[in-house]
Amino acid sequence: MLSPDQVVETYFLEARHQLLEVAALLDRLDAAVAREDRPPGVQAAGKVAVLRQAITALGVEGSPTDRTVKLLELFASV
Amino acid sequence: MQIIQPHYHAIARTAQDYERMAMSGVVAVAEPAFWAGFDRLYPETFIDYFRQISEFEPTRAAQYGIRHFCWVAVNPKEAENPTLTREVLEHFPEFFAKPTVLGVGETGLHKSTRNECESLEAHVELAMKHGQLVLIHTPHLADKAHGTNKVLEVLAGMNVDPERIWIDHVEEQTIKPCLDAGYWVGFTLYPITKCSPKRAVDMLEKYGTDRILVNSSADWGPSDPFTLQECILEFRRRGHSLEEALQVFHNNPCRFLGQNPKFDIRPIRVETLAEVPA
Repeated sequence: MLSPDQVVETYFLEARHQLLEVAALLDRLDAAVAREDRPPGVQAAGKVAVLRQAITALGVEGSPTDRTVKLLELFASV
Repeated sequence: MQIIQPHYHAIARTAQDYERMAMSGVVAVAEPAFWAGFDRLYPETFIDYFRQISEFEPTRAAQYGIRHFCWVAVNPKEAENPTLTREVLEHFPEFFAKPTVLGVGETGLHKSTRNECESLEAHVELAMKHGQLVLIHTPHLADKAHGTNKVLEVLAGMNVDPERIWIDHVEEQTIKPCLDAGYWVGFTLYPITKCSPKRAVDMLEKYGTDRILVNSSADWGPSDPFTLQECILEFRRRGHSLEEALQVFHNNPCRFLGQNPKFDIRPIRVETLAEVPA
């Protein structure tokens, strides 16, 4: 099993990469909305809302709930 | 589709890369001088390395129908030995005379120390004196913005032609000042630690395609030359035409590298014939 420091050192760059991809996706969405001058349709908007909820959930420190389970439940709603 | 891989560390890769790249449409690669994973101690080690990338590697690539070009430099990570840097720089002109050497690179910054800045300046000065192209490495991760600004600061104090200088590894936070200053920029696509294919296409859509080079830089670390092809796929599946893809992934390298007459691959275009030839 890994120590706390080992967990961070082993997976930090991978997590950085994945978060940057999420940030880029949201920037891409904003650019598309600006280009077409219209927001996403209802179904797509629901998915974006879930993504934002998931991001918020990740920011909660010391959550008693397993984050992965919480996100899987969120994603199951769309 | 014909592709040029403008930043590729071939000596760190197997021939299988060449074979697969050739099958995917790569017609040429350009190999900047790189860090060996440890700091070299002797000028002769660099000389033999430069011989390897300028004499031997083109023969290996040619077996797969790929043209191989290269650059010479002392890596920024080795700039803390100014005596060694000076001694190696003295040998550059003999390599500038070789038929596949395109210029000086990758020089640049790693931790942006005083020695690194002096080495960068010496490299650029020598390149300009000999009419060579320049490829500049910018730091990764935490030092990216600071190091890129420092590169721009060093160049601003010199008499350079920005159109002959390529600042590589730019990302969303560094692309604009480099383009605004008139330089060419490069996106380096890595599986984890640098730009991703999707983010590269985002930047192409935001900034346009002028003075932009896309590369995978594959080396001996965790890297993949086919991130370049992933980027082309991402670009095409967002609806950009084959002609637009050719402009970015073939013709832009021709335009920048072709400023050195040794790089004789010319831009191409898609043409639909009016009639089916007999």
